[in-house]
Amino acid sequence: MADQRVDATPAARAALAAVRARQGGQVMFVQSGGCCAGSVPMCFPEGEFLTGPGDELLGDIDGAEFWIDKSLDAAWQTAVYILDVAPGPAEGWSLAAGDDLHFVTRSSDCLLPRGGDGVAPG
Amino acid sequence: MRYEPPGASDSIVTVEPRYGNFIGGEFREPIGGGYRTNVSPATGKPIAEYANSTPQDVEAALDAAHAAKDAWGEKSASERAVILNNVADAIEENLEMFAVTESWENGKPVRETLGADIPLVVDHFRYFAGAARAEEGTISEIDKDMIAYHFREPLGVVGQIIPFNFPLLMAAWKLAPALAAGNCVVLKPASPTPWSIMKLMEVVKDILPPGVINVITGPGAEIGKALATNKRIAKIAFTGETVTGRLIMQYAAQNIIPSTTELGGKSPNIFFSDVMARDDAFLNKAIEGLVLYAFNKGEVCTCPSRALIQEDIYEEFMGRCLERIAAIKQGNPLDTATMLGPQVSTNQIEKIASYVDIGRNEGAEVLIGGERATVEGDEFADGFYYKPTVLKGTNKMRVFQEEIFGPVLAVTTFKDDAEALEIANDSLYGLGAGVWTRDGTRAYRMGRAIKAGRVWTNCYHAYPAGAAFGGYKISGVGRENHRMMLDHYSQVKNLLVSYSDQALGFF
Repeated sequence: MADQRVDATPAARAALAAVRARQGGQVMFVQSGGCCAGSVPMCFPEGEFLTGPGDELLGDIDGAEFWIDKSLDAAWQTAVYILDVAPGPAEGWSLAAGDDLHFVTRSSDCLLPRGGDGVAPG
Repeated sequence: MRYEPPGASDSIVTVEPRYGNFIGGEFREPIGGGYRTNVSPATGKPIAEYANSTPQDVEAALDAAHAAKDAWGEKSASERAVILNNVADAIEENLEMFAVTESWENGKPVRETLGADIPLVVDHFRYFAGAARAEEGTISEIDKDMIAYHFREPLGVVGQIIPFNFPLLMAAWKLAPALAAGNCVVLKPASPTPWSIMKLMEVVKDILPPGVINVITGPGAEIGKALATNKRIAKIAFTGETVTGRLIMQYAAQNIIPSTTELGGKSPNIFFSDVMARDDAFLNKAIEGLVLYAFNKGEVCTCPSRALIQEDIYEEFMGRCLERIAAIKQGNPLDTATMLGPQVSTNQIEKIASYVDIGRNEGAEVLIGGERATVEGDEFADGFYYKPTVLKGTNKMRVFQEEIFGPVLAVTTFKDDAEALEIANDSLYGLGAGVWTRDGTRAYRMGRAIKAGRVWTNCYHAYPAGAAFGGYKISGVGRENHRMMLDHYSQVKNLLVSYSDQALGFF
């Protein structure tokens, strides 16, 4: 994709592959906007979350589509969203990234040295 | 005063090693046999095990609810009200026990659970006991021989999914109106807080008929979905974040059932110059009104997380507020002197730390806090404590637009009413707002113009039963805390009756 706006750390790619293997199929990500289980990418079986014209497809990570609400995307003012993993259980109704591991989003404009295996996109 | 932690020999709270699901009036082992461990955010140490349920448990809970629904729905409003009042009385008799339980599981300071959470739970059941009795159907005289009778009928069995930030109060907000309207419930608490609701079930299990309330614990991705997509619920109610809220509404659409959702917020709290016109009790109240962003550790959908201060009083007013913030006492949530407890989970504290870093990187100035806190007592060394933090910046920054769900305030200034309103409404959310002024006309005009479901005027974070609560914009659909909630939990039966013997004459 020419205007791919997502990337992932090696740890996130490994976790994603494991999630797909457990699920027996492709998954999708939807960026959450906040609140009690928020600011994290929710990982669902592919097609579980119905996207609409108000949503933006940011690209895909090894085939897994990554979506965000357009107005949330505007508020975040983020060029590239980077999928990573961090310790702790999955939030909301997201699939876990592994045992006591959940997916998180980091932004290219603000690389944060927290969790996962660091922030180097791979 | 300092309460002993639950499970300690001299604690007022007993802890079982493990808690099953509450189904059909009894605690049952999860069918799959799985359990997980729940930890206290104060210590990071285990409290108890809770059922890691599977969709089979959801079906068992629905079986119990359906078995109970006819008898419960046919009870008179007065009979149901007596039971709800008995529930309220039982909670009130155990108020301290519940306050300590809730504090230990969620991390919120016990002064809040003693003074707000649990008394509000009690009052909520009483309010809906009364509201149910006062409900009336309507009669319309369509013409002299035709009468339309409107009756409220229960929906049957409803699903409810609640968040971690007020585990017992959010349960009460949802359970009380659903039960009052004659429904039976299958409720799923949030994954970080599965325990206090089970303590509640221990206390009320002999008051409510079996199957009227059923509580199942487990992962949202599996249990929440199994409940929300189930063909055997007649309504789904949810409080939580927006992506899950959309999923809930999507599932409800697929089954053609109603849903109510209470979602996120980024609430503005607006302080006009005249709050500083006098150094008096009102000014003192307004300062506390700003510091309320730290209430419940900022883990509140309506957290007043954006402070808008009129520019001519900014330095002096913020100075007074920062003094008050610096005096916030963090520590053991079971100490009644503690004002700020630990965040609910490691996830939450990492997220907060990330947002503060985002704020720094986008140019916000850290006025106070901005790092994890260490508190007194070795047992709290692994607790999830974060210092109350204030970031000064502008409303376009991410820390002003995104819900952080922690004790982090984003503060900015405005020139006049028009700019205050523009900033207040420049948000995806519309759940709560605060307006502070001595000018009643300004308060009214601002309150009406702000796009939010609740505008606290010269107050904040009050949640009395009887005042409707819910969101504008992406903050959700539906209202709670008010008897109009009975509409959300019932359907209208119309009997259209002819008292004429005359045929229409068509055939």
